[in-house]
Amino acid sequence: MEVTTAAGGAFAYLWLLIGFPLVGAAILLFGGKRTNRWGHYVGTLAVVASAVYAVILLLALMGRSAEERTAVQHIADWVFINKFSASIALQLDQLSMVFVLLITIVGSLIHVYSIGYMKDDPDRRRFFGFLNLFVAAMLLLVLADNYLLLYAGWEGVGLASFLLIGFWQYKNSAAAAAKKAFVMNRIGDIGLSLGIMLIFVTFGSVTFSTVFDQADQANDTTMTWIGLLLLLAACGKSAQFPLQAWLLDAMEGPTPVSALIHAATMVTAGVYLIVRSGPIFDQTIVASTVVVIIGTITMFLGAFIGSAKDEIKKALAGSTMSQIGYMVLAAGLGPVGYVFAIFHLLTHGVFKANLFLGAGSVMHGMKNRENMRRYGALRAAMIVTWLSFMAATFAIMGIPPFSGFWSKDDIIHAAFEHNIIIGICAVLAAGFTGFYMTRMLVMTFFGKARWEDDQHPHESPPVMTIPLIILGIGSIFTGMALLFWGNIETWLEPVTGFETRELAVPAVVLEAITLVVVLIGAGIAIAMYRRSVAVEAPKGNVLVRAARNSMYDDAINDTIAVRPTYWLSRSLVWADRSVIDGIVGGSAAFVGGLSGRMRRLQSGFVRSYALAMLGGAVLVVVVMLLVRLP
Amino acid sequence: MTSAMLNLSTSIPWLTLLGVVPLVGSVIVLLLPRARETLAKQVALGFSLVTLVLTVVMALGFDAGSSAPFQFSEKYEWVTSLGISYSVGVDGIGLVLVALATVLVPIVMLSGWNDVAAGTTGRGTVKGYFALILALETCMVGVFAATDVFLFYVFFEVMLIPTFFLIGRFGGAKRAYASVKFLIYSLVGGLLMLAALIGLYVVSANVLGHGTFDFMQLVGIDIDPGTEKLLFLGFFIAFAIKAPLWPFHTWLPDAAREATPATAILLIGVLDKVGTFGMIRYLLPIFPAASQWFAPLVIALAVIGIIYGALVALGQSDMKRLFAYSSMSHFGFIALGIFVFTSQGMSGSVFYMLAHGLATAALFAVGGFLMSRRGGSSLISDYGGVAKVAPILGGFFMFAALSALALPALAPFVGEFLVLLGTFERYIVIAVIATIGIVLSAAYALRLYQKTMTGPVAPGIDGMKDLGGREFTSLFPVFALTLVLGVIPGIALNVINPAVDRTLTTVGQTDPQPQLTGTEGGQP
Repeated sequence: MEVTTAAGGAFAYLWLLIGFPLVGAAILLFGGKRTNRWGHYVGTLAVVASAVYAVILLLALMGRSAEERTAVQHIADWVFINKFSASIALQLDQLSMVFVLLITIVGSLIHVYSIGYMKDDPDRRRFFGFLNLFVAAMLLLVLADNYLLLYAGWEGVGLASFLLIGFWQYKNSAAAAAKKAFVMNRIGDIGLSLGIMLIFVTFGSVTFSTVFDQADQANDTTMTWIGLLLLLAACGKSAQFPLQAWLLDAMEGPTPVSALIHAATMVTAGVYLIVRSGPIFDQTIVASTVVVIIGTITMFLGAFIGSAKDEIKKALAGSTMSQIGYMVLAAGLGPVGYVFAIFHLLTHGVFKANLFLGAGSVMHGMKNRENMRRYGALRAAMIVTWLSFMAATFAIMGIPPFSGFWSKDDIIHAAFEHNIIIGICAVLAAGFTGFYMTRMLVMTFFGKARWEDDQHPHESPPVMTIPLIILGIGSIFTGMALLFWGNIETWLEPVTGFETRELAVPAVVLEAITLVVVLIGAGIAIAMYRRSVAVEAPKGNVLVRAARNSMYDDAINDTIAVRPTYWLSRSLVWADRSVIDGIVGGSAAFVGGLSGRMRRLQSGFVRSYALAMLGGAVLVVVVMLLVRLP
Repeated sequence: MTSAMLNLSTSIPWLTLLGVVPLVGSVIVLLLPRARETLAKQVALGFSLVTLVLTVVMALGFDAGSSAPFQFSEKYEWVTSLGISYSVGVDGIGLVLVALATVLVPIVMLSGWNDVAAGTTGRGTVKGYFALILALETCMVGVFAATDVFLFYVFFEVMLIPTFFLIGRFGGAKRAYASVKFLIYSLVGGLLMLAALIGLYVVSANVLGHGTFDFMQLVGIDIDPGTEKLLFLGFFIAFAIKAPLWPFHTWLPDAAREATPATAILLIGVLDKVGTFGMIRYLLPIFPAASQWFAPLVIALAVIGIIYGALVALGQSDMKRLFAYSSMSHFGFIALGIFVFTSQGMSGSVFYMLAHGLATAALFAVGGFLMSRRGGSSLISDYGGVAKVAPILGGFFMFAALSALALPALAPFVGEFLVLLGTFERYIVIAVIATIGIVLSAAYALRLYQKTMTGPVAPGIDGMKDLGGREFTSLFPVFALTLVLGVIPGIALNVINPAVDRTLTTVGQTDPQPQLTGTEGGQP
């Protein structure tokens, strides 16, 4: 049982973490045109301020003993009636802390990068306003001390995501993608809403500490339902099967958005939700098994898609789906995996932000075109971008000692501890990672130049490359730093629990096997794309075509959900006019009479009718008054 | 507050004052010369602002912790022989609804400042329009403040007159059809209610020995079960038409389509709340057994309304009709929360009434500003890419859409969530079905936003002017209130909760217990 301490000392201003970006957003969004000139600096400063404060908080937390690393700050009552109450209260513990660091530090770098990336956009100020809004909502999500407040952050990031995907909303595709993302997320929100309700009905509270303290007393069926409902929520937000279709479309947003929201932070919120609710999932083997299965399916789904897409951002989006699949899988393993899910989430946050910003830098030098079949040999033109991209590629592939190696290897290890089939799946997916990342690297930076005639690739300005360099260094060292210096396992243990089991084979053997599989994947990619890449995509076999079409997710959703809904909607519109209106309006004769009278209305019917009514009402009142007189 | 001031503030007949001020204003506006249009508008706005200030002062004197059922009570004998009195008073529920009415009136006046001059199709005069709005304000205050059932009925019926003229004289091309349809529906409801009212009087005469319409005396009166059900139905249908519940709703889209935005805001935002208010205030306490007997039916109608309204909204090609069906869906939530008999559900409903009033104001006002820039067309297909041309208008439109889909941190979320929670406590399946509404609301609200505000700039939109000072001033308070109530709903919940608890006690209902109670826990 942890000790919760009141927020004092450095923790007395927890709300400032959210306050800085929120005020930033308010200044930029309400300030209007007069903030155009300096707005982006305010937006960046706001996030940097939060990042600085986050580091101070980290040092303060480290100064406390492991049991005392939870600080709660009650700010205000929020929604309450009788037994139900949800406060606006923030809780900083080891799990929230690492998220806060990820969000604010990676967020700061992406803000800086965006100063350059969005330089020529007439709406740059609005862009920074939305980014600030996102950071504030995301911090609320991870700092909330109860489920309802988490829900507010959850929807807040959804809104920011909607606004930013549709940032270039004059494009129909961007506006449609934004709506699709929000509506699909709402399907997940059904899970979160109902989950919160079931939690309240079961525990009489929605506050994390109260719920988790009693988690072992509730019955299994209830816990299974809560677990599945929360999983549905996680599937929406983290683009897990079957709610994954919005993520690829979300690439319509400007690239820094893809980096921050749709790679490093927001899409991982589902993993946060599951790990945060660990005490619930620990009680239900059914729900956690489903979590593992969903994670595994998505891991492959994303890998397939990422291997087939020719647009660099979409390939990366597939990869994000797949890597989050890894995290979800790990989170489903229980205390064996929670720590590693978060560990991978953190390293992934860094190297995937690196990859997206790298892709953005490439596109910046290539007139915003995304088709990798028209890239090639770009390493000479953009050395910094290339090197940092390569560091991140090695990181995500899990090449030692790059950061992904440590975290992914731990997940594979934990998966084998749990179940050999899941373990094998995790190794196979690592092979896919090797393939699609090498494919991307080779198609973009190596081979022959396949540029269109008007292209003059160039390196991006320092305001963009410096964040890339920092992230590149992060891609190399984050894993080691967290593991050896940060002791991520013991750090998170008080919140998430941690256990290991013996394996049949030594860890080194497992690592070696994984590495070989990854290298095989990479080797295939080199063999396929090193020499030549067709400028037009070859037709490909059934599987390739399916993967290129994102496994037909849109067609499937259209058939089972979208078209039936619109059909029902149109039918009801018709029925409402012709059936309900008719029946309730009395009868066909009544309606006929009414419309017949309509014609007479023009000739003063309304007037006489209304006068009669007014007269009647006055009469009623007058009679009342008169009756009183005697 | 010193005791002298306290005495002063309690001795003032606040509620009567709130009713009289706009009525006086209405008469004065009517007496002004027809040509002085601007003066008429200014005078009307002035009176509505005075009423608003009075409401705020009164509300500050409201004691949320008081054990008295009604505050600011006044009672004068009226028709002694029939047991009718002029008696008014508010509990927390009445207070927030009176406040809603008095807040929205100046807002609609400002937002509809040029509605009549622009809409030359109507035959009414400018001063007539504003005088009618003020007269309507008097009725709205009266209907929420009445604590005599007959007085309630009088306001309920008299309210129809200004509304009828507002729709029928100042609306769009098919305003005559819409206003008569509205009137006929309302009169049918009113007639049923009158019949039930007389029945109730007869019952009270038999049971109490003297007939009465006094609310406090009628609460807990012993009625024969068969009679109770009949009387319940009389009131219920009147309220269900007003609110409106499925399938009594078909007058609403026509009225909303033809009325001016200002009228639509008052009609849907405030007047329709009389239906759901009546359910809480009159149906439940006076007919508790029948309310429970009919609860499954009402819940079914409510949940059908939620889904049906949202689906029909999704298929609309007309913006105003879309707003109307969206409201119908939200009224489903409000009715649902009332008839699940939990404190969470009912508090949620009352809060939602308030929040929905604001959300409706946002939708119709910003929608009205948009349509006034395009010759009054409400066809969604006439728009596209507006946000690029008029970003402030686009921003408010976004806000209105988010309000309609009940985004957390905006007021409607609090109401919607509490209703769903209160429902879940008793009827899990119903709650699950109703929760589908949150996906559909996102679908129709964002579809509307996408079609009108985003994409390439549609022909006829180019060069559209952004919001002006008056328009901004009328929208901003709605925006601010929606946000404030979403973040600190306690302001309203503090006064609503005790009234809800009292109502549920009257009905003899308590909340279900959580499976595990208290930190000591234990299996149930």
